[in-house]
Amino acid sequence: MLSSKVTCNSHGQDSSYFLGWEEYEKNPYDEVKNPNGIIQMGLAENQLSFDLLESWLENNPQPAAFKDHNNQSIFKELALFQDYHGLPAFKNALVKFMSEIRGNTVSFDTNNLVLTAGATSANETLMFCLANPGDAFLIPTPYYPGFDRDLKWRTGAEIVPIHCSSLNGFRITKSALEEAYKQAEKQNLKVKGVLVTNPSNPLGTSLSLHELDLLVNFISSKNIHLISDEIYSGTVFSYPCFTSIMEVLKNRNLMNTEIAKRVHIVYSLSKDLGLPGFRIGAIYSNDELVVSAATKMSSFGLISSQTQHLLSEILSDKKFTKSYLLENRRRLKERHEMLVKGLQKTGIRCLQSNAGLFCWVDMRHLLSSNTFEGEMELWKKIVYEVGLNISPGSSCHCSEPGWFRVCFANMSEETLILAMQRVQSFVDCMAKKSMQSRHQQLLQRNSRRSKSLPKWVFELSFNQREITADER
Amino acid sequence: SSQTHTQANMERIHLLSKIATSEQHGENSPYFDGWKAYDQNPFHLTENPNGVIQMGLAENQLSLDLIEEWVAKNPKSSICTKDGISQFKDIANFQDYHGLYEFRKAIANFMGKVRGNRVTFDPDRIVMGGGATGASESLMFCLADPGDGFLVPTPYYPAFDRDLRWRTGVQLVPIICNSSNDFKITEEALESAYENAIASNIKVKGLILANPSNPLGTTTDKQTLQTLMRFINEKNIHIVCDEIYAATIFNTPEFVSISEVLQEMEQDSSNKINRELVHIIYSLSKDMGLPGFRVGILYSYNDHVVSCARKMSSFGLISSQTQLFLASILSDEEFVDGFLSESSKRLAKRHQTFTQGLEKEGITCLASNAGLFVWMDLRMLLNKPTFDEEMELWRLIINDVKLNVSPGSSFHCVEPGWFRVCFANMDDQTVDIALKRIRAFVKKGRKNERATMNNKRTKSFQKNLRLSFSSRLYDEATMMSPRMMSPHSPFARSPLVQART
Repeated sequence: MLSSKVTCNSHGQDSSYFLGWEEYEKNPYDEVKNPNGIIQMGLAENQLSFDLLESWLENNPQPAAFKDHNNQSIFKELALFQDYHGLPAFKNALVKFMSEIRGNTVSFDTNNLVLTAGATSANETLMFCLANPGDAFLIPTPYYPGFDRDLKWRTGAEIVPIHCSSLNGFRITKSALEEAYKQAEKQNLKVKGVLVTNPSNPLGTSLSLHELDLLVNFISSKNIHLISDEIYSGTVFSYPCFTSIMEVLKNRNLMNTEIAKRVHIVYSLSKDLGLPGFRIGAIYSNDELVVSAATKMSSFGLISSQTQHLLSEILSDKKFTKSYLLENRRRLKERHEMLVKGLQKTGIRCLQSNAGLFCWVDMRHLLSSNTFEGEMELWKKIVYEVGLNISPGSSCHCSEPGWFRVCFANMSEETLILAMQRVQSFVDCMAKKSMQSRHQQLLQRNSRRSKSLPKWVFELSFNQREITADER
Repeated sequence: SSQTHTQANMERIHLLSKIATSEQHGENSPYFDGWKAYDQNPFHLTENPNGVIQMGLAENQLSLDLIEEWVAKNPKSSICTKDGISQFKDIANFQDYHGLYEFRKAIANFMGKVRGNRVTFDPDRIVMGGGATGASESLMFCLADPGDGFLVPTPYYPAFDRDLRWRTGVQLVPIICNSSNDFKITEEALESAYENAIASNIKVKGLILANPSNPLGTTTDKQTLQTLMRFINEKNIHIVCDEIYAATIFNTPEFVSISEVLQEMEQDSSNKINRELVHIIYSLSKDMGLPGFRVGILYSYNDHVVSCARKMSSFGLISSQTQLFLASILSDEEFVDGFLSESSKRLAKRHQTFTQGLEKEGITCLASNAGLFVWMDLRMLLNKPTFDEEMELWRLIINDVKLNVSPGSSFHCVEPGWFRVCFANMDDQTVDIALKRIRAFVKKGRKNERATMNNKRTKSFQKNLRLSFSSRLYDEATMMSPRMMSPHSPFARSPLVQART
C-alpha cells in the first residue's frame, strides 16, 4: 500500500550511527540534572563560536527584524520572495565568503551557485542530476553515514566504496580508485562519478595535493563527475592549508575545459558557522546544464528568505567574517589538542588531523577481537558503561574495525574534560580486567615506541592484529 | 569550433541523468511567454504604467501589513533581537527533523482554527516539507513507486506535473470535469478515470485533490468529499488533500476539510473507513501570504507515512529561525483570530470589486468562494472552441491588453476559453487599471464586431460579444504546464532582486 521507499531501509536510520543517538536521547548528560548521563560525542556540531555571532546580532538588530541596513522594513518583500535563483545579496555574500575561506585563491560566480535547504538537499539534488537509478558513485571509506540516505534513498543511486586503509593514513590511492571502479563494473553498475568530502568526515584531514591530482586525473580518464563536499572547509585549523578542488583546476589550467564542467562543489554553513538549524546549503557547478536542472529542483527545498536575508547581512560584514574565521579556527585547534592529548594520556591515539569537528580515534588495541563484532562490543561498552556516544567506524563503512569518530566541538570544555576522565577510568578498568598480559604489553610497547614515532601517531603491529577481510 | 561545441554539449547531456535532461519539469513550454512578457515589461504604477500587469501569480498580498505590524510589536519572536537572543544558540543548532514542538503545536492549532475548530490536529503528525512543493513530492515518494498513478481532477495546478511526477516517476491520470456542472467531480468521472488507468496498465495508488481548488476557487462540497472517501476506501487507495487555500475562504459555502469528513464517517463503522489512507498537504504560503518562508506541512493519519515522511523532511526542513518566528506569531491567539477574520474580509472585498468590474463588461467567472483568483469564462470570445483559439486569445491578452493571465489549457482544462486571473497580488489602484484595460479591450472588440457583422453571421455558440483579432503566429503548444510559481520575483524592481554588490 505504501511505496517501496517506506519499507526499505535505505534511509539508513537503523544503523548504529543513529542508534547511539537514540540511546543518548534516552539518557542525556546534563551537568546539573543528569551528571551520569551519556555525553554526546557523536554530533559533528560546532558550538564553540556562537558568542561571536550573538554579539554581531546584538550590534546589528535590523536584519533579524526584517529590515535592511537602512533600517527600512522589507518584510513584505522577504515574505513574498520565493525565487529559486535565490536572494542576490545573499548569493553575492556567500560566494565571497567561500572565496575568503579559500584564501581568495579562487573566485566563484553567483550564476553557478544553486541554493538548497542544507547540504543534505544539495547532495541529493546533485545525485538526481547526475545519476540514473542504478548508477553508482565511488566514495572513499570511511565516509559520513548520512550519505547512504542522502545519495541513495530516493534517487536509486548506488555507492561503491573506495577502500582506504590506516596503512597510509586513509589516503586515497590510484589503485584503490581503480579497484573501486572495477568492483562497480563487476556489479554491473555504471559509474557516474566520485564523491569526496574535503576536509574529510570522519577523518578530519584535508585532501593532499597528490590526492586531488589523482582525482582529477581519474575523472578525466574515466569521463565521469567529481563532487567535492567542502562543508568543513572553514574548519581547517592547522597545517596543511585547505586546497579546494577549484584551486587545483585553476592551477592546472583546466578551468574552462570539459573536465571543469564535471566538477561540482557542495557547501553549507552548518559546520563553518555552526548554523545547522538554518538549512543553508549550496551547489556550485561549472556546468550550466547542471546549474539549470539543480535550480529547478531546489524548489523542493529552498532556503527561507528570512534566513537568506540575515545571512547576507552577516556575511557582507567582511570585518566580522575575517575575525570569525580566525577566532573559530583558533578555538577548534585548542579543543582538538585537548582531545588528542587527553586520549594520548590513556594510551589512545588519533589519526593526525588538521580540520573538522572530530577526531578519528584508534581503539583497535581495546578490541577483544579484531572484528566488527568486537568493535560493536567495545562501542556498546563505551555508550552504556563509559557513557559516551561516539560513532563506530563501521557506521562510516570503514574497512578496518576499531576506529571511532569522536566529536569535540559540540560541548563545553568542562564536559570534554569529564569525558576524558571517563575514558581514563574505563581504560584503567579494562587494563585491570584484562587477564591477558598481551594487552598490557601492547600498551607498554606503544608508549615506548611513541617517542620514536615521527608524524604518524599510531602504529600497526602485524604480530598482534589480523585484519579481517570483513568489509561492510 | 561550433561543431565540437555541440558535440561536447551532447556528450555532457549524456553525462547527466535522464531526470535532469528531460522536460518533465515543464518549464520550457511556450506558456512561459506570459512570464517573459511580464519580465521584459513589468507594470509599475509610477515607473511603468503601461507595463504588463501580473495576474498569473497566486499570491496573497492583501494582509501582510497585519503581520508586519505584529513583527514590530513582538521583537522576541526573532532570535536575533535583544529580546530573543538568548534563544539564538539553541535555535541555530536545532536541526531535528521532528521540528520545534512549539512550531508544530502552533501549526496544529492554526489548522484547527481554520476549520472552525470542528477538528483538532495532533502536533506529532505534523511533518515539515520544503514548502507545499516539497511536502507534496515527499508524500508521493512515500505513497507511490515509479510508474504508479494518481488520479487528479481537472483543471489542476500546473506544477503538480513537476512536483508529483518529475523525480518520483509517478503518473497523473485526469478526472475530467467540465462546466456543465460547474466543474464538480462526478462519480462517473471518477470511475472513468480509474478505468482508463487500469486500461493503460497504470497501478492507481491514490487520488489528489486541491480543496479549495486551484484554479477554480471553489470548495468541494461535503457530499462530494463523502463520495471520494467511499471511493478510495472501496478501491483501497490513498486520498491526498491539498488544503493550502483553506483560510482564503471569503464566502459561503463554508470550507469542509477532509479531516472533518473522516471524523464523521469513521463514527459509522459500516462506512469501513480506513484513516490510514488519508493525508493532508498544508502550507502558509497562501493563507498567510508567506511563500518566501517555505513552510510546507504534511499531515498524515498513517503512522508509517508520518515516520517515513519525517525522515524525508531532512531534504527540506524549515529553517529553525522561521519555525521559531511562526511558533511565536501563531501562538498569539488574539492575533490569529483577528488576522483570519480581516484577511477573509479583504479577500471578499477584492473578489467582489474584480468580479463586478468584469460583469459590467459582460464577462462572467465561475461562482467561487475561496482562493486568490477567479476562473474567468471567455469562451464567447473564441471564434471556435479550440485550444488554438484559446492560445491566440491569450497572446492577445498579454500583448494588447497587457495582462498576464493563465490560459485554462495550462491547467489541463478540457474546455477551451477559461482563464485563471489572480486578484490578490496587487493593490487597489492596479486592480482598477486592470479593469480599465479589460473595459477598453472589450469596447474595441464591440467596435470590430459591428464592422464585421455586416460580412459574417455570428455563430450560435457565441454570445453578444465577438472579437476579431489580428492573427498571431502560434507555436505548436504541447500540453505541458508552465511552472505556476514564477521563477521570478514579483518585485522585479525590488532592491532585493537588483542587488549588485
